[in-house]
Amino acid sequence: MFLNKITVAGAFMFLGTTAMAGCGISSGNVSILSNDFPAIQAVTAAASTCAGDGVMVETNLTKDHKDIMVAALTSNPAQYTSIIASNSTLVTLMNDGLVQSLDALVAKHGSGLKPSQLVTVDGKIMAVAFMANAQHLFSRSDMLEQAGVSSIPATYEDVLVAAEAIKSAGLMDYPVALNTKAGWNLAEEFVNMYMGTGADFFKPGTAEVAVNNDHGVATLNMLKSLVAYSNPDYLTYDSNATQAEWEAGNIALATLWGSRGGAVLDGEGSTEAVTSTTVLTGAPTWGNNARPASTLWWDGIAISANISDEDAEATFIAMMHGISSDVIKANNDATVWLGDGYTPSAASAGVTATAAGGAAPYPMLPFMGTLHGALGAEISDFLQGSESAEQALMDVEAAYTAAATEKGFLK
Amino acid sequence: MKNRTFFWFILPSLVTMMLFIALPIGSVFIQSLHIEHTTVLKEVKNCGPFGCKLEMQVDVDATSQLKKDRPLGKFNGFGTYKNRNHLAVSELSTAWTNSPTFGVFLSEAYNLPFYRALAFTLTYTFLVTPLVVMLGFCIALAVNSLPKRIKGPTIFVSLLPMIVTPLIGSLILFWMIDSEGILGASLQWIFEDPSLSLKASPTLTWAMLIVYGVWHSAPFAFIIFYAGLQTVPAETIEAAMIDGASRWERTRYVILPHLVPLIVFIALIQLMDNFRVFEPIVGFSAQASATSLSWIIFNDLAGGEGSFFGSAGATSVLTILGVAVLLIPVLFRTWRDFKGKVV
Repeated sequence: MFLNKITVAGAFMFLGTTAMAGCGISSGNVSILSNDFPAIQAVTAAASTCAGDGVMVETNLTKDHKDIMVAALTSNPAQYTSIIASNSTLVTLMNDGLVQSLDALVAKHGSGLKPSQLVTVDGKIMAVAFMANAQHLFSRSDMLEQAGVSSIPATYEDVLVAAEAIKSAGLMDYPVALNTKAGWNLAEEFVNMYMGTGADFFKPGTAEVAVNNDHGVATLNMLKSLVAYSNPDYLTYDSNATQAEWEAGNIALATLWGSRGGAVLDGEGSTEAVTSTTVLTGAPTWGNNARPASTLWWDGIAISANISDEDAEATFIAMMHGISSDVIKANNDATVWLGDGYTPSAASAGVTATAAGGAAPYPMLPFMGTLHGALGAEISDFLQGSESAEQALMDVEAAYTAAATEKGFLK
Repeated sequence: MKNRTFFWFILPSLVTMMLFIALPIGSVFIQSLHIEHTTVLKEVKNCGPFGCKLEMQVDVDATSQLKKDRPLGKFNGFGTYKNRNHLAVSELSTAWTNSPTFGVFLSEAYNLPFYRALAFTLTYTFLVTPLVVMLGFCIALAVNSLPKRIKGPTIFVSLLPMIVTPLIGSLILFWMIDSEGILGASLQWIFEDPSLSLKASPTLTWAMLIVYGVWHSAPFAFIIFYAGLQTVPAETIEAAMIDGASRWERTRYVILPHLVPLIVFIALIQLMDNFRVFEPIVGFSAQASATSLSWIIFNDLAGGEGSFFGSAGATSVLTILGVAVLLIPVLFRTWRDFKGKVV
């Protein structure tokens, strides 16, 4: 994650277009800050076509959007009129009151939206979601077959059995991969796995952390069992690394982001033998629980609070143009679209199955990001074998408590 | 120089130093004494593409006036310095009373993020600095004795590690030491151990970072020593040769004493540089096995969503104090030499 951030640090993209206005905006400025991947590129490119007489559309697509978003939207007027947010970034922005309610704009210009796309907080529409993402299982059917495993694993216990079968058949030494790079990625794996138990991260109604329990210990032990079948370098594996390993045919079972599905299946950077046997299925469950061990994420449009009403309206119209059904149809396989016009494809099967299986969304809690940071820093000691699961969870709780106190969530 | 003239002479640099060094440090210090205002939380119904849920949210209106009036946050004194993620005063004293042996106490302390980072930072500093000085000196001696024609190209090649941006240099090495990279695969072949991985074990990660540090900084020491070698008086060397001093004796008794001021200079710069080791940890994705004080600051500012300005400030101030402590012996020596000259 850091690596991506740094290497792309300078790669801000400013696109200004002067195409004819075709969205019915007569005036106003539109500037969009967002993450950078194919589906978002399609949305912002379509929104950019709204530029024209008196209407400016600027976009800044960067993997570093999280680092600059708070500062950029705090200034008055805000540096960007719109931000493409997710479950977690929307909460961070709302913590400081940096995004506005979209109730009036949706009523006026949002007739084409499905009710499920509206993200409401306390009854107010705060964002319009347009795509979904989740981590789920990628498997190599040929490897499973050669190892004598008859079906695609549906639980993590099955994944372990299949991994052992592949390893003992001598097909691969390290058949399993997760995005386990220490820091954000590793913490996300913990969150996914812990979600599968159905337990809460916090004591209900408070910001007090509650992961040091049997569920937490079981979660850590399951992660440790899985990484035992991973390449010893697993603590350096982020999405780019796992995708490369997959495309190189080095792994047979992996929990990867759904948004990587298209790139894995497209044959670029890989061989026919790998792509034709890659199967995308829903996230596994574990420990006799029904809920898939994954978190559902959405990406959606939010509008800055510190801008004029004119700019807000222009931005909203441009963004509605960006996520229109024409754009979705033209970029069907780029992601799992939430709007009208989407036809599910092979690349999206895993995310769809994960959502259908009843996976929970990533918690929209103000202090979740703080816990995520504490998890990322403290659980690698356990996986490396230098401390017990209970000690690691105690460390997580202590690190979280100190950080949450500084953030004002705890007294 | 009269005091008045001296004052006007240094005024411009004094003003710039105030503006660009003292003021920022002062503001960092003030920030480190504050934490964010206590947030008011309320339970609300959140709905989205995946259904509805009752969740806690920040009541922005409840604290907006307070935030406007006191944007620095809530005064917390040295609370951030003392908390578990920094000096961990209470955790340390508990560990001290509960630990049966000093070894247990050390491992308890090593479990705390600040001390873990400090352990690596100090190890790195005290291994890399002398190694850089020694290696730089050896390269300088070797290059100095080369025939003139190949000196230029050799110097250029020797300087390359320093010219490469630290982050890029460490990324290149990161890929080379991968178990499928040229260095990683060669090591596995040499030691006949297919599971050997430099990235997996904490000890090997430390070793790798230290080797990288020496590789990266040795050219700096080399070029300074090389310049210094050009100033060694030829007469003294000749005299030593006539007296029958061997090559080793000439180096030990003539060249080395001549270069002592340079050794002090390089050690000073390297101590400061190495104490703020950062890029290789990011480049090598080594944070699971090795962290440094600078890395903690970076992680507080850009590690996730939202930043911990108070934490980052506290670690920055502690880093400055650390550098000051490290430099005291060197500065003391310089001051003594200076005084000696005046008298």
